[in-house]
Parts: sequence; C-alpha cells; structure tokens
Amino acid sequence: MTDARDRMRRIVRGGLALVAVAAIYEAVARSGLFPAVLLPPLPVVAHTLVASFADGTMPLHALYTLKRVLIGCGLAVMVGLPLGILMGRYRPVEGFVLPLASALMPIPSLAWVPVFILWFGLGDQVAILIVFYAALFPMLLNAWSGVRSVNPLWLRAASAMGADGNALFWKVMVPAASPFIITGLRQAFLRSWIAVVGAEMLAASDWGLGWVIFDAKEFLNADVMLASLAVIGAIGFAFERLVFGSVERATVLRWGMVRAVKG
Amino acid sequence: MHDALASSSATAVSLPATGGADAGWRAIARTAFPFIVAGAAWEIVAHLGIFPPRLFPPLEQVAATFVRLTLTGALPHHALDTMIRLVVGFALAAIVGVAIGIAMGRSRLAEDIALPLVSIVAPIPGIAYAPLFLLWFGLGNVSAVLLVGFVSGFPIIFNTWTGVKAVKEIWVRSAQAMGADQRRMFAKVILPGALPYILTGLRLGLAQAWRILVGVEMLAAVPWGLGWLIFGAREFLATDVMLAGIAVIAIMGLALEKLVFQRLEHFTVVRWGMMT
Repeated sequence: MTDARDRMRRIVRGGLALVAVAAIYEAVARSGLFPAVLLPPLPVVAHTLVASFADGTMPLHALYTLKRVLIGCGLAVMVGLPLGILMGRYRPVEGFVLPLASALMPIPSLAWVPVFILWFGLGDQVAILIVFYAALFPMLLNAWSGVRSVNPLWLRAASAMGADGNALFWKVMVPAASPFIITGLRQAFLRSWIAVVGAEMLAASDWGLGWVIFDAKEFLNADVMLASLAVIGAIGFAFERLVFGSVERATVLRWGMVRAVKG
Repeated sequence: MHDALASSSATAVSLPATGGADAGWRAIARTAFPFIVAGAAWEIVAHLGIFPPRLFPPLEQVAATFVRLTLTGALPHHALDTMIRLVVGFALAAIVGVAIGIAMGRSRLAEDIALPLVSIVAPIPGIAYAPLFLLWFGLGNVSAVLLVGFVSGFPIIFNTWTGVKAVKEIWVRSAQAMGADQRRMFAKVILPGALPYILTGLRLGLAQAWRILVGVEMLAAVPWGLGWLIFGAREFLATDVMLAGIAVIAIMGLALEKLVFQRLEHFTVVRWGMMT
C-alpha cells in the first residue's frame, strides 16, 4: 500500500465519519425529540455564526478575549521565564521558589476566581490575573528543566573555547533550553486559553467569548453557544498550529534540537 | 509528556537528603523556609490594615475558619462530594477513553473514523462546554460528572492511541512467532507495552479533571462541593472561607499526585523496567 493511497483512504473515511455524525445530529435536531432551542439544526448555527461576524460582535468578543490572554500570558512569560532560568542556574533561587511553586501548582486557576473578584472587582483584571496564574507554572517549570537539561559537556566545551559568561548564556544555554522553553510557551498558552474562558464565565464582563457562551445559557440560545464554541476552537487551533508551529520551525527545528528531545 | 516530566521533577525537592537525621531536618527546614517567608509577608500586609480585613484576612483567621468548618463537618462534606464527582467522572473517562484509544490503535477503520472527530472536539477548552452541558443535562451533578468525564477523556484517548501504536513491532512479531493468540497478544504484549503511555494519559486526564471540576462546581450550582463553597463565599465577602477552601483544594491536589499516581507508576512500569 502506498503512502498516497493510505492518505486518500484516511481522508475519505474521516470525511465520511464527519458527514455521518453531522447527519445524525441533524436528524435528531429536526426530529423534534428535543426542543429546537436546545438542539438547533446546523444551518441555524451556521447562520448565527455568519450573522455574528457580519454585525461585528463576534470579532469584538474574540478581540477582548485575545487581549486578556495575551496580556496575562505575556506577564507570565516575563515573570516565569527569567525566574525559571534563575532557578536552573542558582541553587538558592531553586530552593526558595520550587517549594512554593509545588504547593501552588495543584490549585486550579479557576479556584482563585472568587478571591480575585473580591479583591479586584468584576472585569478585566480578574481575567488577566487568572490567565497569568494559569500560564505562570508551565512557563516556570519548563524554563527550569530546560536550563537544567543543558548538556554540561557543551558548557565545558564552550568555555574551553574561550566563551565568556555572556556568550555562554546566549549561544549555548538559551538555544539548548529552547525546546523546553517553547514547550513551556505552548503549554502556557493552552492553559491560559482554558483559564480565560472560565474566568470570563464567572467574572462576567460584558465582552469576551466565555461571557457570550455563558450569557447565551440564560436565553437558551444553544445556537450562539455552538457558534462561539466553534470560534474558540478555531482560534485555539490557529494559535497552536500557525503561531507555535512556525516559531518551532524557525528555531529549534532549524537548529536540529527537537529530534533529540522528542526522540 | 512534558507535563508529567514537570510534575515529577517538581517533587524531587521533597526527597529527603541522604546522610542521617541531621540532613533530613535540614532538608525539611529548607523546604519550610520559603513558606515561612511568604506567610510572614502575608501576615504583615494583613495586619498593616492596607486592605480591609474582610478581604485580606490574617492567616490565623483562615486557620480558625478551617478548624471551625472542619469541626462542623461542612468542609469534609464539601471535600467528599468533590472527591466523589472527581472519581466518578474520571472513572468514566478512563474506561471509555482507554477503550476508544485501544480501538484506534489496533484498528485502522476505528482510527480513521475517530481521529477527525476527536481532533475537532478536543482542542476546545473543556470549560467552554459547561454551559452547553448545563443546558442539555440541567444544573447539578449529572452535568458536572459528565463534563469532567468528557474533558478528561481526551488526553487518555490520545495517549492510549499513541501507546498502542508505539508498541515495538518486533515484540508483536516475536510473540506471534512464538504462537501467541489474539487474547494473549493483547494481555501480554500490547497492554504492557502501551502502559507507560496509558498511565501518562490517565495522569494528564486526572490533572485535567481536577482543574475543570472546581470551575464546573462554581457554574453548575451543585449543593455541596469545594468549588461551590469558594464561589458561594463570595456573596458573604468571606475571604477566610475561600482561602480555607483553596487550602483544601491544594492539599487534595497534592495528595492525588503523590499518593495515587506516583505509586501506581512505581508498582507497574517502573517495576517492569519500562521507565526509570
């Protein structure tokens, strides 16, 4: 069996499965077994999706959500990355931060939502802080393990060749730790994407994809929910594939670092 | 995989240092030191009165609330209900997820059909499905458990699938050559071979279930549960109750990781020499 035929078969079967599931859903939705508000037919969902894009509300919601994610995630990277690198380099920093991080890590970020609501009121700050909390630990721990995993032979070879501290850091340590750091960025984004939706649902703020879904529940607008779910999935997918995929291609894949890590 | 790696390396610090009781005490002191510093900082801020004490209670008040709620039985009841939801939802996900994953790994037809479906549904954050589940299954336990199961199922499916496909071809062939039938092939070769991946999947799934459960409890208006305890306390500005609840959540999360998964891993894959 050739690769091309294999792929064809895969696509055909996968497509057929999707069509079958959509047809079953459509049949159940139209059979009237369940109220149409709870189980809207797919054309209705598609129409809602198009309409919300046409009047500009959906892109605006998405922008608000993205803004919160990017600010929170950016803060987490600015704190987590240097701190993780310091932890990897200096034992006292590691000894101080690691126990705290291990104690805070198992607390789901959403558990902090009510506390943050009390402290900062409803709105942007809560969502951004929750995103920060969710993204911080993956970033921190991956930067830490990345720096620790640098092959000591490379460090010795570089210093034998006369690299000073600065060059050692930028030319050896950072590239060597980069697969971990990129994994950390990926995980941090993934976590924040989950956290932001939850935070927006709980800390109602008028704008944001999580808020749309939750608000739609009050009015039994299952079509709005499904449409927003599609948008959330699409944005998450796009970030994962396009942004992180290209970052990875431009750095660690080109340097030939990833094969060694992923085995 | 990196998730598991991060969590296992994070636990390395609590390993007792070798070299007698003295070194053991020093290790404990070293671990406790950051908590003492953080606690002292919290106390100072709380007692300076910059923030109203209702919103920023001193630690002794949180501890008193913790003891009071434990003695009245409210806190154990909340924790127990959360635990039951977690166990039921996760068990559902483990059974269904491993079954789907193995089917996908063993049969090409199952793989071709299930993979596109799973790949479309999985990347959407689990909590985003919560309102939909609430709409379909109503407020309360059914929605919460189903959502936890639904969300934690995906890492289990993906890892089981990868694990079954990663079983070395040469093991399968040599077992075949030695005359293993289908059933023994599965029980003695495929399952043990895929187990490290399956365990990683279960671990990721449990972590996922744990993260989502607290949020779901806040949304689903269940009568008991730690998420609800924290969220409900907001109405009364009872920050001490919230922090006591969060402390219980942290303890339960740590216990899950240390007691359940590290042991399970130790008893199976490490003992068989498949992971070190």
